[in-house]
Amino acid sequence: MAESNNQSAETKLSDVHKRIKAAFETFDNAANNTVDVREIGTIIYSLGCFPSQADLHDFIAEVEEDHSGYIHLDRFLPAMTKVLLEHKFPPIPKDLLLQAFEVLDKDNKGYLEPEELTKYMTQEGEPFTQEEMEEMLTGLADHERNVIYYKDVINQLAIDPDM
Amino acid sequence: MFDRWCFCFIAGCLLSSFLMSTVTPKTMKAAVLIQRWYRRYMARLEMRRRYTWNIFQSIEYAGEQDQLQLSSFFSFMLDNFTHMFTFPPDLISQLLDPVVDPWLDREICYSLILVPESYSGPRLSFPLSVSDTNALLAAFKEQQTLHARYVLQLLYETKKLLKQMPNIIHLSTSYTKEITICGDLHGRLDDLLLIFYKNGLPSAETPYVFNGDFVDRGKKSVEVVILLFAYLLLYPDNMHLNRGNHEDYIMNLRYGFTKEVMQKYKTHGQEILQLFQDVFSLLPVATVIDGKILIVHGGISDQTNLDFLSSIERHKILLPFTETTRFTLCLIVVHLIECFHLEQIVDVLWSDPKIQEGCSPNTFRGGGCYFGPDVTQRLLLQHGLQLLIRSHECKQEGYELCHGGQVITIFSASNYYEEGSNRGAYIKVGRELVPRFYQYQVSRTTRKLTLTQRVRAAEGSALRALKEKLFAHRSELMCGFQEYDQNYTGRVSVSEWALVLEAVLRLDLPWRTLRPHLARLAPDGSVEYQSCFEDMGPGIPLPQVTSNLAETLFRYRTDIEIIFNIIDKDHSGLISIEEFRHTWRLFSAHLGVAIDDSAIDDLARSIDFNKDGSIDFTEFLEAFRVNWQIIMDLLKNAHQ
Repeated sequence: MAESNNQSAETKLSDVHKRIKAAFETFDNAANNTVDVREIGTIIYSLGCFPSQADLHDFIAEVEEDHSGYIHLDRFLPAMTKVLLEHKFPPIPKDLLLQAFEVLDKDNKGYLEPEELTKYMTQEGEPFTQEEMEEMLTGLADHERNVIYYKDVINQLAIDPDM
Repeated sequence: MFDRWCFCFIAGCLLSSFLMSTVTPKTMKAAVLIQRWYRRYMARLEMRRRYTWNIFQSIEYAGEQDQLQLSSFFSFMLDNFTHMFTFPPDLISQLLDPVVDPWLDREICYSLILVPESYSGPRLSFPLSVSDTNALLAAFKEQQTLHARYVLQLLYETKKLLKQMPNIIHLSTSYTKEITICGDLHGRLDDLLLIFYKNGLPSAETPYVFNGDFVDRGKKSVEVVILLFAYLLLYPDNMHLNRGNHEDYIMNLRYGFTKEVMQKYKTHGQEILQLFQDVFSLLPVATVIDGKILIVHGGISDQTNLDFLSSIERHKILLPFTETTRFTLCLIVVHLIECFHLEQIVDVLWSDPKIQEGCSPNTFRGGGCYFGPDVTQRLLLQHGLQLLIRSHECKQEGYELCHGGQVITIFSASNYYEEGSNRGAYIKVGRELVPRFYQYQVSRTTRKLTLTQRVRAAEGSALRALKEKLFAHRSELMCGFQEYDQNYTGRVSVSEWALVLEAVLRLDLPWRTLRPHLARLAPDGSVEYQSCFEDMGPGIPLPQVTSNLAETLFRYRTDIEIIFNIIDKDHSGLISIEEFRHTWRLFSAHLGVAIDDSAIDDLARSIDFNKDGSIDFTEFLEAFRVNWQIIMDLLKNAHQ
């Protein structure tokens, strides 16, 4: 596979474009190369990036069509390509995540009570909505003890293949 | 004043610092990290849910496209044999039309059936009363089956009632009651019971419109349709049923209703099926509320005309294969007129809305068309309507608006593709004619499934179905891959892999996103394409791969089964050697190859393995295996 550097850079770029387009198209319901601005977060996450809410707001401000509520592929593609090629918003390593949970688990119990987690998630940082919180508790809490064994959770949710 | 302000300020500071005492920069950072991680996880989940949905829908529509192949094969077969062979005349009608038995029009058809003392199910008395419908509800919840005698009587009474109804039913709302409109049920009894539970049983205060597709696919089609007909008889002014494209003979053969009836009613199944077909053909095709809301199962076309639709004799129309009906109608020599009638009804039962303007043939479904917002606008204006409510397509939220809100799709079978795939919904409409939507989702387990679990379950199912498709097209796919891999390295790039899949399978899916579930990557990032055909996860049964043949049979087995079922008139699971012989002659005629009678006889005798003079489906399939080359060409020709 003797390819020149130029060629492989080109192929890489076109592959990146294809990935972005594929993700975009999944949410392009009207098949007119626009998506609802509220879906942008999902699309960016699905491409393997970890923007914060603030990051997302900045990104959207860059690409939105004058507060129309829609984002066109023409503007999304270059902006997103830059994000991917520059590895902005990198993923969170598992051990860092574990540490984060351990910080919140002040008494070192090995688990968090639903009320504890709720307090942190809905009052600090980039707070969850009530809906998000309910889904998180239903999803992560152990069914019998109704506490969150965060170590298991981290492993469980990381099983999914990386896309 | 300043003092008070000072006090407030200091108190405020103290208060906030008290609150802040639990918050350190460290915990805030930790919280932010966890929030970000979890949100990303949920977004990925949403992505998976969407493409799982895409998979199911693509495969479903592609399956219906295969139907076209089958139907054109049939029409060719039947068109041609009349002048090529001398056939017993009733074989033609036998192959196509259900046997019209005058016996079934007479009241004594059911009254002669004895109901044994040991039968513990509902004993209906006609005319029906609320205690009868309550008994039915209770019985079906307990998994009981209604005795054949009562089924026949119920169908007979329903047939009598429907004969008096027009093609289009006109309803009015009133200040005191709202009309509830439900979409496809497809044999899901749980969904119907849930709707009755949430919304109330049908009654004078709670009128209902059910918009077709009551049967097929689900396992309790019989129970669903019995309940609907029972309420129809009980409250003929407050219960309204529109015909769907699945209220039809050939669809029932393919999609499970026929099988379900024959399994539940071994002795009287055939008569019951016959009456069902009569009743289905008598169902009205449209409902209009207050002259403003039109409700049909599929949609409309640019030819749709409600006045004309009202005037057709609907029970004479045979659906849905235009070609086969063309054939039968040739016999009656009223070809042109009846063709147009047929198309009006097919359009209304099979069409789908599309985003672009215009009206184009619906190649996926094999009938009806895709209609654009301009077609909708025109029809609504023409008849002074303001809204079109239709069903026919599964929607994730149970309903969907399009054409600027002028068209609503309503679908009432939740978890249609798989547990967790979609919600069901119904619409309520009152005097002000503003639709309100009610959603629900039936759950098999009492414990609430998390979104993750539901998505995983649905995804697993979808991927299994997709892998079967890959396997069924293995040789074509391998050919495609090898075109990009001239050096036989066993690898192609991800783009090339996606291109081949797109070209061969013609399913509009996000292949790159799906790749991790379908194929392995080599260390250099290219795809090892042979891994597509490996068992990539637990629980996926892998058919033995011996040759192209295995794939072909796998791919066409449903079609072959339908052919068998049609020949097997009495649904006994067996066809006679004579019938087989005739059918085989037709196959050969389709090829334009003159085939020796004795050769057919030899074939017939050779595949009757147990020498009992009749052929079951396995033996039938074997005949295909023996002559698969011929069949391959046969089906390829049908494609054209």
